[in-house]
Amino acid sequence: MNNRPKIVMDSEGIERCLTRIAYEILEKNKGMDNLALVGIRTGGIYLALRLQKRISAIENKKIPMGILDVTLYRDDVAKTSKKAPLGKTDIPFDLTDKKVILVDDVLFTGRTIRAAMDALIDFGRPKMIQLAVLIDRGHRELPIRADYVGKNLPSSLWEAVSVNLLEKNGKDEVVIEEGS
Amino acid sequence: MMKLAKKDILGIEEMTADEISLILETAESFLEISTREIKKVPTLRGKSVINLFYEASTRTRTSFEIAGKRLSADTINIAASTSSAVKGETLLDTARTLEAMNPDIIVLRHSVAGTPHMLARMVKQSIINAGDGAHEHPSQALLDMMTIREKKGRIAGLKVAIVGDILHSRVARSNIYGLSRMGARVVVAGPATMMPRGIERMGVEAFTTIEDAIAGADVVMMLRIQLERQKQNIFPSLREYSHHYCLSRRHMKLTAPDAIVMHPGPINRGVEISPDIADDPACSVILDQVNHGVAVRMAMLYLLSGGNE
Repeated sequence: MNNRPKIVMDSEGIERCLTRIAYEILEKNKGMDNLALVGIRTGGIYLALRLQKRISAIENKKIPMGILDVTLYRDDVAKTSKKAPLGKTDIPFDLTDKKVILVDDVLFTGRTIRAAMDALIDFGRPKMIQLAVLIDRGHRELPIRADYVGKNLPSSLWEAVSVNLLEKNGKDEVVIEEGS
Repeated sequence: MMKLAKKDILGIEEMTADEISLILETAESFLEISTREIKKVPTLRGKSVINLFYEASTRTRTSFEIAGKRLSADTINIAASTSSAVKGETLLDTARTLEAMNPDIIVLRHSVAGTPHMLARMVKQSIINAGDGAHEHPSQALLDMMTIREKKGRIAGLKVAIVGDILHSRVARSNIYGLSRMGARVVVAGPATMMPRGIERMGVEAFTTIEDAIAGADVVMMLRIQLERQKQNIFPSLREYSHHYCLSRRHMKLTAPDAIVMHPGPINRGVEISPDIADDPACSVILDQVNHGVAVRMAMLYLLSGGNE
């Protein structure tokens, strides 16, 4: 079997997706009143930062952005053996009555998003929560869907999809490979 | 490295620098939860933590209890004075009884050194040592290191002076182990009667005057004088002790200019630390220590609860 990683999206592709999503967010919400971005650790942070830059440039006004670590809200804290170090959560604005756009790199089972929604609601009562992802790879285990999708990427359960970003991995690309 | 491959947290002596860093970094992420309006995350839902305290304690017990509650664990407090210990039950029988009720973590404080270690061998639950005799007090040393790291940005290369009753202090021992392992230079000072023989073997320099110890220090850590020790004739009077060892304004000229002052509490004002220093926000970080205590204990409970099967 072919074990080589396959690049399914390059740097330009990622940039174009984010530009489109930025416009879609503004179109759907009719501007940026009451809008806020929340990036999910870690990939979601960088994507949210890039969306923040774009939306703020289009509207000439800075859109608030927060960072969320959902580890403490996961349903598998005691079971998973691969544990990422707990990161900081930083939401420097009041969520109450805000329209919150959750941003993540890959939408897969939906469990991360479930945890993120629980976490957000502990911070206040947002008027609405929407979801933006760069990649939707399917295989949902919960009734969750994204409002903004960069690319739908049909994948097998044994494949691994990784979004590499300049800020974190030194280059921008989306890679799919056989899981180990 | 990202998980704590331990069943128990019994002391700093047996911890690696990586393990200490992991606990401190995790605790730093937990700090923010205590500032939320809803100060609770669901992480340890369904877990039970028993605080089994055979020695009087308000701050450590409360801190562990709050830490457990902020993580949604069920916390149960047992104080020796109200427990079956007064009816003559041995510690081991108490522990076996508790074990049969299936808690997940037992936090133990006991006046006899080594008790948590014995218990850890006997029961399958995780044991956290909340202070055993004059041996170790790991959560205190961890919260002290967290405070130093926050205020100074690092531990390595700092000079830390620990002043007071070194001989009877589990806080001093745990801090000496931890701070040395993290690369700090530790010096201690106290009356000769309160200085353990062979302290140099722990890798510290010992002085008999506070002035010698705190010269150029970045951190000054004052220890509580246990007033009941006076009966053991290790110091003539509180007045004499405070005359020689009470940290006051004049000492702050000897330390590094931006030195911080720490105290594990409870404070004997005017005995080991003068009130104007204890209350001076420019140098005293005593209340930060308390705040960090909750976060460090959350990290200990969290890391022992997950990913360790």
